[in-house]
Amino acid sequence: MSAHQHAAPAPVGGKLLTPVTLSAATLIVVALAIILIRFVFGLGAVTNLNDGYPWGLWVVGDVVIGSAFACGGFSVAMLVYIFNRGEYHPLVRPALLASLFGYTLAGVGVIFDLGRWWNFWHILTPGYASANSVMFEVALCISLYIVVMWIEFSPTFMEKWGMDAKRKKLNKVMFFFIALGTVLPMMHQSSLGSLLVVMGTQVHPLWQSMALPLIYLLSAITIGYAVILFESCMAAAGFRRQMETHILTPLSKVMLGMLAVFLAVRVGDLVVRGALPRAFEGTLQAFMFWLEMICFILPLILLGGEKSRRNPARLFVGAVLLMLGGVLLRINSYLVGYETGDGWHYFPSVPEMLVTFGMFAIEVFGYIVITRRFPVLAAEPAVEKAAH
Amino acid sequence: MSSRRNFLKGALAGGAAVATAAVSQPVCARDNLPQPEGALGLLFDATLCVGCKACVAACKEVNGNPVEFSTPEQLWDTPLDTTAKTFNVIKMFRNGTMQTKDDPDNGYAFMKTSCLHCNDPSCVSACPVSAMTKDPVTGIVGYNADACIGCRYCVAACPFGIPKYDYSSATGKIGKCELCRHRLPEGKYAACAEVCPTGATLYGKVADLKVEAARRLALKPGSKTVFQRGQLGGKDQSYENVVGHYVQHLYGEKEVGGTQVIKLSAVPFEKVGHKPLPERSASSKSETLQHTLYGGLVMPLAVLGAMTYFAKRNVKPDDDEL
Repeated sequence: MSAHQHAAPAPVGGKLLTPVTLSAATLIVVALAIILIRFVFGLGAVTNLNDGYPWGLWVVGDVVIGSAFACGGFSVAMLVYIFNRGEYHPLVRPALLASLFGYTLAGVGVIFDLGRWWNFWHILTPGYASANSVMFEVALCISLYIVVMWIEFSPTFMEKWGMDAKRKKLNKVMFFFIALGTVLPMMHQSSLGSLLVVMGTQVHPLWQSMALPLIYLLSAITIGYAVILFESCMAAAGFRRQMETHILTPLSKVMLGMLAVFLAVRVGDLVVRGALPRAFEGTLQAFMFWLEMICFILPLILLGGEKSRRNPARLFVGAVLLMLGGVLLRINSYLVGYETGDGWHYFPSVPEMLVTFGMFAIEVFGYIVITRRFPVLAAEPAVEKAAH
Repeated sequence: MSSRRNFLKGALAGGAAVATAAVSQPVCARDNLPQPEGALGLLFDATLCVGCKACVAACKEVNGNPVEFSTPEQLWDTPLDTTAKTFNVIKMFRNGTMQTKDDPDNGYAFMKTSCLHCNDPSCVSACPVSAMTKDPVTGIVGYNADACIGCRYCVAACPFGIPKYDYSSATGKIGKCELCRHRLPEGKYAACAEVCPTGATLYGKVADLKVEAARRLALKPGSKTVFQRGQLGGKDQSYENVVGHYVQHLYGEKEVGGTQVIKLSAVPFEKVGHKPLPERSASSKSETLQHTLYGGLVMPLAVLGAMTYFAKRNVKPDDDEL
């Protein structure tokens, strides 16, 4: 690590029972009840899924979008350990924690979307597993990545529980897990785009492309930085801590760089394939395409100047817009731009949405509990530990 | 400065790896899969179909599927489309006054909807657990519920909307036509063709069916000719009928790399629910992409090597923090 001195991570402390954690807990209980109904009566009992739209909110929201939101850990680890930008080190643990939750939940979320979930182990079992399937690659890499992330995060628990010898041993080989932790998400985040290729002409030309893996990967890395900005703002506001603007301002510049590359690839691909005229038709797809593009382009304008990147409010809005752009790219390519034939419609049911809210509630709940009790966030200078 | 240099090196290595992945020539490019030599299939001739739906009833019976209602009276089986429990339906297409059969204007026509048993099926390529398979000899696309995880990727991938999932059950399965492969060992063939009174659905080897289709397309519309019923090359059940005013298009010959169920119609196929499809199969594109990126795990291992190198340099083992 290059010579950067940072405050060591320390538990934030404070009460665990707050209005926020209680609301999160309520949402979690509701989601669990709906999931129980789903397992007893089938997917049709709680979802609006149909044979025209066999994948709905749980796949697109909880897995495709959820895992992209969980790219903060991967994006910042790349920056710190591969590009050796030690100044971003304080962001590693909190970002990794959020990623850990995002991915673990995406992995669990897949189970209750699977119609024949008791066979789920087939996907990683030789004899059943099919390497021709993009989904096999996604499943394999996400499963491995979840394990790798728990290993990467385990020193946090070891510190808390005083397992120093074990921690030292693990640290000796940590570099390999860090490397794996950058390659695996590159593989499956791109594959989440490749999943659409086999759907052929059913996916609108504004989204169907052989460049989907690159488009999805670049957008996932960009979203990763946006999520870190978002979480830092939220943690600062929620825990009444100081904003880490000295790190977040340069980070937002990295984010804008990635965003520019993403936009160049995205628009270049549309031009090369000759699909751009489809964006000027009077269709819902064209409208949603522009909405998506606006969300990606606005942050470039909003955070273009060095001064605006020091403005926490602008950083927050820019990050939220980028995350929204990532959400729209994924919803558009999987649902709005997907058309299997006439007469099929899909909009998620209320129970479906409640389950997705419940999943996000688990992340919020877990993040608060762990950062309050375990050394994740960088210790604050002792001056103003605000009263809780 | 060293940090900046490392940053640039890292950027180069990472960027190069990703760029290679993105633009490298598809070294593992694969074409559409060829049709197996002994491929079995159906020839559906819409001009012969009278819409009796005997094939729908027979399909239900031999596959043990229940009746499905779409009318308030619930008197008999009235599925409007294929479902997880209806593998074959005859759809009616209407135009204007519906006066003449098989007339695109002011006419009506019947069209069979069931699995086309693609030469290069998207559902098989998509399936992560080999529950959807293509028989190497007969080319029949079969489904194994015991292997299936219910991810419904096949449902999403099929360009014809054929595999369907049963959302009403806690243990729902995918349902689709398997060309009565369970009846083949008994010496029987597809029930829909067996019961068809006019030979509109004809069973046989695809090679033979294609010859028969070509013969029909070459005949003079309105003239009379002999049509086979049941199984082409099986028991002789032939009869004489009028040659239809076919559009010169054998549907399934080229669509998505060809199918084993092929169709003739007097009404243009777009008008009877068959959208134009590209000749290149989507599975060949998807697998070309996957095997270019992951073939022999060369690319992932190269990237992993580069990442390990940089991580080893930048993470000190005595670095207490992570």
